[in-house]
Amino acid sequence: MMLISLNCKENRNTMNSEKLSIAYMICTSCQKILRKQKEVRAPQPVTTGPTAFIPEKEIVQNNPVDGNTNLLILEEYSTTRHSDNTTRIMGLHPQYLESFLRTQYYILRMDGPLPFEYRHYLAIMAAARHQCSHLVNTHVNEFLQVGGEVEWLNGLEYVPQKLKNINEVNKILAHRPWLITKEHIKNLLKTGENSWSLAELVHAMVLLAHYHALTSFVFGSGINPKIDQDGAPAVSNFCLCNASNENNMEEVTLMYNSPGTSDSVSELEVLMERMKKLQEENEEEASQEEMATRFEKEKKESLLVITGAYEEELIPTSYMSRYVDDPSFGYKDFARRGDDHLPTFRAQDYCWEDHGFSLVNRLYSDIGQLLDEKFHVVRNLTYYTMATHEDVDTTMLRRAIWNYVHCMFGIRYDDYDYGEINQLLERSLKVYIKTVTCYPEKTTKCIYDSYWHQFKHSEKIHVNLLLMEARMQAELLYALRAITQYMT
Amino acid sequence: MGSLGEVDHSEDYVEEQGSYLQLMKGRGEDHGESGSALAAPSGQEDTVDTPRHFRAQPFPSLPKRAERLVAQAHVTRVYITWGGTLVGVVAGEGRRRRFPVAGGGRKGGGDGFRVHGGGRQAFHKIDLPLHNWQRCLKLLVFSMEKMARVTTVLSGSTITGRTMFCHLDAPANAISVCRDAAQVVVAGRNIFKIYSIEEEQFVERANLRVGRKLSLNFSCADVVWHQMDDNLLATAATNGAVVTWNLGKPSRNKQDQLFTEHKRTVNKVCFHPNEVNMLLSGSQDGYMKCFDLRKRESVSTFSGQSESVRDVQFSIKDYFAFAASFENGNVQLWDIRRPDRYERMFTAHNGPVFCCDWHPDDRGWLATGGRDKMVKVWDLSTTRTKEVYCVQTIASVARVKWRPEMKYHLATCSMMVDHNIYVWDIRRPYIPFGMFEEHKDVTTGIIWRHIHDPYYLLSGSKDSTLYQHMFKDASRPVDRANPEGLCYGLFGDLAFAGKDSMFTSDSNRKTYGGERRYPIFFFKKPDLSEQFANVSSSLNVFEMEGGSNSVDWFVNMAQQYILTGRSLAELCDHNAKIAKELYRYQVAQTWTMLRIVYSSPGAISSVNLNQSIGKSGGLPLMNSLKELSVALNNEPRLERGKAENWQEMNHIHSSNPLITANEENEETEGSDVPADYLFGDVEGDEDDLYMVDHENAPAEEHEYILPQEAFQLRHEIIDNPSAPDHLQDKVESPHVSGNEAETVCLTPIESFSLMSISQPLYDAYLPADYFNSLVKDMLHYYAEQGDVQMAVSVLIVLGDRIRKEIDEQTQEHWYTSYIDLLQRFKLWNVSNEVIKLSTCSSINCFNQASTSLHINCSNCKRPMSSKGWICDRCRQCASMCAVCHQVVKGLFVWCQGCSHGGHLQHIMNWLRTSSHCPAGCGHLCEYT
Repeated sequence: MMLISLNCKENRNTMNSEKLSIAYMICTSCQKILRKQKEVRAPQPVTTGPTAFIPEKEIVQNNPVDGNTNLLILEEYSTTRHSDNTTRIMGLHPQYLESFLRTQYYILRMDGPLPFEYRHYLAIMAAARHQCSHLVNTHVNEFLQVGGEVEWLNGLEYVPQKLKNINEVNKILAHRPWLITKEHIKNLLKTGENSWSLAELVHAMVLLAHYHALTSFVFGSGINPKIDQDGAPAVSNFCLCNASNENNMEEVTLMYNSPGTSDSVSELEVLMERMKKLQEENEEEASQEEMATRFEKEKKESLLVITGAYEEELIPTSYMSRYVDDPSFGYKDFARRGDDHLPTFRAQDYCWEDHGFSLVNRLYSDIGQLLDEKFHVVRNLTYYTMATHEDVDTTMLRRAIWNYVHCMFGIRYDDYDYGEINQLLERSLKVYIKTVTCYPEKTTKCIYDSYWHQFKHSEKIHVNLLLMEARMQAELLYALRAITQYMT
Repeated sequence: MGSLGEVDHSEDYVEEQGSYLQLMKGRGEDHGESGSALAAPSGQEDTVDTPRHFRAQPFPSLPKRAERLVAQAHVTRVYITWGGTLVGVVAGEGRRRRFPVAGGGRKGGGDGFRVHGGGRQAFHKIDLPLHNWQRCLKLLVFSMEKMARVTTVLSGSTITGRTMFCHLDAPANAISVCRDAAQVVVAGRNIFKIYSIEEEQFVERANLRVGRKLSLNFSCADVVWHQMDDNLLATAATNGAVVTWNLGKPSRNKQDQLFTEHKRTVNKVCFHPNEVNMLLSGSQDGYMKCFDLRKRESVSTFSGQSESVRDVQFSIKDYFAFAASFENGNVQLWDIRRPDRYERMFTAHNGPVFCCDWHPDDRGWLATGGRDKMVKVWDLSTTRTKEVYCVQTIASVARVKWRPEMKYHLATCSMMVDHNIYVWDIRRPYIPFGMFEEHKDVTTGIIWRHIHDPYYLLSGSKDSTLYQHMFKDASRPVDRANPEGLCYGLFGDLAFAGKDSMFTSDSNRKTYGGERRYPIFFFKKPDLSEQFANVSSSLNVFEMEGGSNSVDWFVNMAQQYILTGRSLAELCDHNAKIAKELYRYQVAQTWTMLRIVYSSPGAISSVNLNQSIGKSGGLPLMNSLKELSVALNNEPRLERGKAENWQEMNHIHSSNPLITANEENEETEGSDVPADYLFGDVEGDEDDLYMVDHENAPAEEHEYILPQEAFQLRHEIIDNPSAPDHLQDKVESPHVSGNEAETVCLTPIESFSLMSISQPLYDAYLPADYFNSLVKDMLHYYAEQGDVQMAVSVLIVLGDRIRKEIDEQTQEHWYTSYIDLLQRFKLWNVSNEVIKLSTCSSINCFNQASTSLHINCSNCKRPMSSKGWICDRCRQCASMCAVCHQVVKGLFVWCQGCSHGGHLQHIMNWLRTSSHCPAGCGHLCEYT
C-alpha cells in the first residue's frame, strides 16, 4: 500500500501539470462553467452516510432491517473484510442483493479459468474506465491481498501483455459495445504466448461487464467511498448546485421542461394515468412502419437528452488514468453513427435466454445460471408500489426503463412499442438514465434529484438496479454475440 | 371425451348419416363386403375403380384438399360401419380391423388409415364431435381415388431425392412442409419463401415477402403449413403478430389474416391436425391464443401465468388437448375447451423448455427439449406424469421431432454452438443413432419431409441454407465410437468396459422389455441400415492379486529384509527367502548368488537359517498396532533410564511444587520395567534393539511430543549394537544418554563396525573382489530397472565389500531414491534404518537434520523455552498425562480433536473402557 500511495502522489503531480491546460469543467446539470481548483478538494458530500444522494436517516428508516439482509451483508463482510456501502444501499432490495452477491462472489472468488489477481485487475481496469475510485481502490486492495504483483498497479504498461491485449475490448465494451466484432475475439484468441482461451475470455468479459455496470450503480446512487479510505469521493464533480440544492431544485426542474414537472404531485398522477391508459387501450394499431420509426425516434431522442457539454470531454485527471488507455474514447451515440450504419441489434435474433445463456454457461460453467437468476430477479422485482400508491403493476414502467437502456446501446425489441417510452419516461428521467448508463462518472445529485420527486429513494435505487443490469446484459449480449460469430 | 360430440349432435347426426348412407348404399353393393362398405384399394393389391363413382357426387361444401388422405400399403380396403367406425382389411391378413376415425385431416386424421403394427396393436379409439365426423366421412369418400394413388406412391419408393441443399438469401428461423411432401416453406427475419422439392434440387416457387413496405409482420419466428389445406400457412412474427397466408389468393400479397393480440414476440404457431380453421399460438407474453380463422379475433386465451411460452403443440391423438412448454421449465397440458386453467402441469426441465413434440403413434408420449441440454420423453397416458426416457445432448435443444414410423427415434437440433442434427434412439441415450453435419451455423428448423417417411429430413439454418438429408447418408457416430474402454486405476486396478456379449459368462443378457412390448411394426424385414440395437455394456474391474501387486512387494520386502546384524550368509539367505515368498525369483536368486560369492559355503547351518527366519518372521509385521506395542514397550524403558537422572533435573526446576509427585510417578512407571524385560527376553535378539531404535526415531520427527532430552538416545544405542549381552546394556544405555542430555549435536556416526562380524565368515576360494565388477554391474542393472531397493539393500548388506566399487554419487543417488520411496510408502522405520546404515555421510546426516522439536506449553500455549517439563511462564507441567496426571516423558499420544492425551499405555487402557476423553472434556476421542 505504501508503494501505491507514493505512486498516486507522483501521478497526481504529473496529472496536475496536464490539468493546467484544461482547468474548466462544466457542471452537467446546472450548465455552469466551473473553474476547477486543483488544490482545493472537491467539496465533501452533504451527507456522511453510504451515499451522497440519500440522507442517511432515510436509508435507515427505509430499510426495515430484516434479518436476512443483515445476514447477507455480514456474510459479504466476512468474505471481503470490509463493509461496503454499495452493499448497504443494495440492501434496500434484499432479494436482489442476494443474487448480486452470489454472482459477484462466484466470479471473483470461486473456481474459474482466471487467476485471482487477473480477476481483480480486470475489475480495476473496468472501473477505471469510468474513473470510479471507489471500486478501483477496493480492488487494488483485494488485488494485493490475493498476492498480485505490486508493479502492475503502476499502470497498464506494467502488466503482462495478455492483460494489455484485453484492454481494447474493455474500452469498447465500456463505451460502445456495438463495435465489438469477431475480429477482436480472434485477435485475443489467436495462438501465441499471450493468447486467451475461450473460457478465460468469457470469464473476463463477464467481469468487465459486471464492473462497468457496477460503476453505473455506484455513481448513480452516489455511493460514498469507505470512510477509512482516502481519495476523492465517488462523486467527484460536485458543483455549486450541490451546495444549495434546495434552491436549485426549481431551476433544475424548470430546465428540463418535461411535461408536468411544474407540479410534482401531478407528475406522479400523470404517470399513473398514462400507465393505466397504455394498459387499457388495446393498441389502436400503430402501423408497423410507425413502430419502426418510433424506435428510431427514441434512439435519436436519446441524443438530445444529453447536452453537448460531454462531447469534447475532459481527459480524466485522476491517478486512475494509469489503468486507462485511450481515455478520450467514450460513449458515442448509437443513433448518430452517420455513414457506417451498423445494423440494429435485434433482440429476437440473439437474446440472453436462448443464446447468451447457453454460450456463457458452456464456456464458464454455472455463471449462466447465476446471471440468469440475477436478470430474472431484477426484471421481476416489484413491490407493487409507486411512491404513495400501492397495488400498482409497474411492469410497463420497468420494461420501458430496461428497453430504453438497451435502445441506447442499439438493441431493439421487435415486440416493443417504443412510443411507450416516450409516454412513461419523463425527460429528466431520460437524462438520468442516459447519464448513468453512458457517462456514469457525470452523475450528480442534481440529476438524481431532478426526476420523480415523489418517489422514495428505494424506488430510485430500484431504477438504478434496472439500469445496471440492463447495461450489463447489453454488454454481454454484444460480447457473446461476437464470440458466437467467431465460433461459427 | 369424444362422446360429448355424439351426444350433443345426435339428432343432426342421424339425419346426416341417413342421407349419407343412402348414398353409400348405392355404391357399396359392388363390393359386397357389407351394406355400407366402400373400398379403398391400395395400388398394389386390387385396384378398384369404385371411388370414381363417388367423385361424381356433388359435395359443394367439401374443399379440394380432402383428396390426399394417406394410407399405408397395408390397407387394401376400408369400410365405414353403421356405427361410424372405420374398418379396414389389412393386406396379407384378410382380417378386418377397426380403426378410429380420428378426423378428416392427414396429420393424425390420416392415422385412421394406418394399420398400426399390422393389426397387432390395440388402437386408441378417438371419437370426434359430430360435425367433424361427418366431414371425415365425406372426405373419405372423396379421397378414395387419390388415396389409391398416394398409397401406390408410398408403397414403392414414394419420395425420391438425394441429399441436397440450396442457398437462401437470409438465415432461416423455421421451416415447414406441405402435406404431400412436395413443397417446403422457409421463414426467417428476412426471408419467406416456398421451395418445391424436386428430385435433384430445390426450386423456388414463391416469395411471400412482397409488398411495398416490409413490416415486421414478415419477420417470422415460426411458420407452419396446414396439414389439411395446402394453401394455408401461418407465421408467428417477432413483433407479436400472428399472420395467416392463403396461397390461393390471386394477388401477389398472399397475406390473409392478421392477429395482433399478443403483446410480445410469438414463439410458435400450430394448426389443429384435424380442424381446418383452428390455429394456436404461444407468445413471450405468457399467453396462448386459439384462433378460428373464420373470425377476426381469438376464440380463447390461455394464460401460462406470466411465463413466456416457447412451444405449443396440438395433440395428434387427442382432439382437445394441447401441450405448451414454458421458459421456466414447466410443461402444461390444456384442454382447448377450458381456457380457465390447465389440466396438468409438470416441471420438465431446468431452465426454458424450448420445444415439445407429441409422439405420432403413441398418445401418451411427449418429447421435450430444453436449455439444460436434455431431451426427455414423458408418458402422460396415466394420471401420473412419468419420465420414460432421457437423452443427454451436448447443447441446448432447440427443436425435437419424432421420426415417422420409428417408435423410438427422434431428431434434435440445438440452439447454440452445435450445428449438427442428431437422430436419437431414445433407448440408447448416450450416442446418437445418426448425425447430419452439413450445416455451418446453428440449425433452426428441422422437419421430416413426410409424416410417414422416415428417410428424408429437411432442415433450415442460420447459415442461410436449406438442406434435404437422406437418412442413409447420415453419419453414424456409433461406427466411430470405441466400443471398449480400458483404464488403469491408481492402485493398479484395471477397469474394462465392453459389450455384454463379450463376457460370455454373462449369458442371460438383459433385453429391453420395451422392445418386446412395442415392436416397430413397419419393417417387413429389418433394414440393415436401420438396426441400432441396444447395447448394454458391462464394466469389469480387475483387482491386482495381492502377491503380484507392484506396491505390495516393495512394501513387504522393505519391511522384511534384514540388512544387518547377522552374518552375511544369513542375511543373504533370509533376504532370498523373502524375495522368493514374494515371487521375485530373480531377486531371490541374486541373493543366493551373493551368499555363495561372498561367504564360505559351509558357514551357514540350516538351523541357523531357520532360526533367523523364524525370528524375523515375528518382527517385521509392522502394522500400526504392533508398532504401537513395540513402541510402548520402549517407552518405560527409556523413562526408567531417565528416572535416575531425574534428581538432577529436579534441581534445575526446583521451584516446581509438583516435583515430588513427579518423582514418585516416575518410579511407579518404572515398575513397568520387569514386564518389559520379559518381553525383551522372549524376543531375545538384537533386532529388538533396533526395533526400539527405529520406532523412536520417526516418532520424534513426526508425531509425538518428546522432550528434548530423549533425543540423543538412539545414537547411544547405535554404539553397542552387536553386543551379545545387550539386555544388560539396555539398562545401561539410557543412563548414559541421560548424562549426555545436554549435548546438542553429535558428530555423524562413522560407519559402524557391524559388518566386521560377518567378516570372519568370509573365506574365499576366489578372491572376493573377483566378482566385484560383476556385482557392480548387477547393482547398476537393478537400479536402472527401477528396483533401487535391491541395489541399496545389497549395498548395505555387502557393506565394505562392494562400496568402493561404486562411486559415492551413484550410491548417494540410490540411497536418496530409496529413502524417498520408503517415505512415500510411509515406511518411516525402514527408511530410518536405511539412513542409519548408509555409509554415505550425506545420507547419514539426514538423521541429524531438523531434529529439534519446538513445543508449546499445553497450559499457556506459549513456547517452552527451557528444556524441561515445566513451562517457565505459567509454572505448570507441560504435556501432562490426562489419565495419571503426570508429566509424560517419552511417547506422548494425544487426540487431535481435543488435544488431550497422555502416556500411550494409559490412553490405551482408558480407551478400552471409554471412548470419551479422559480429561473430561467430553470429546469423543479418535485415535488411529
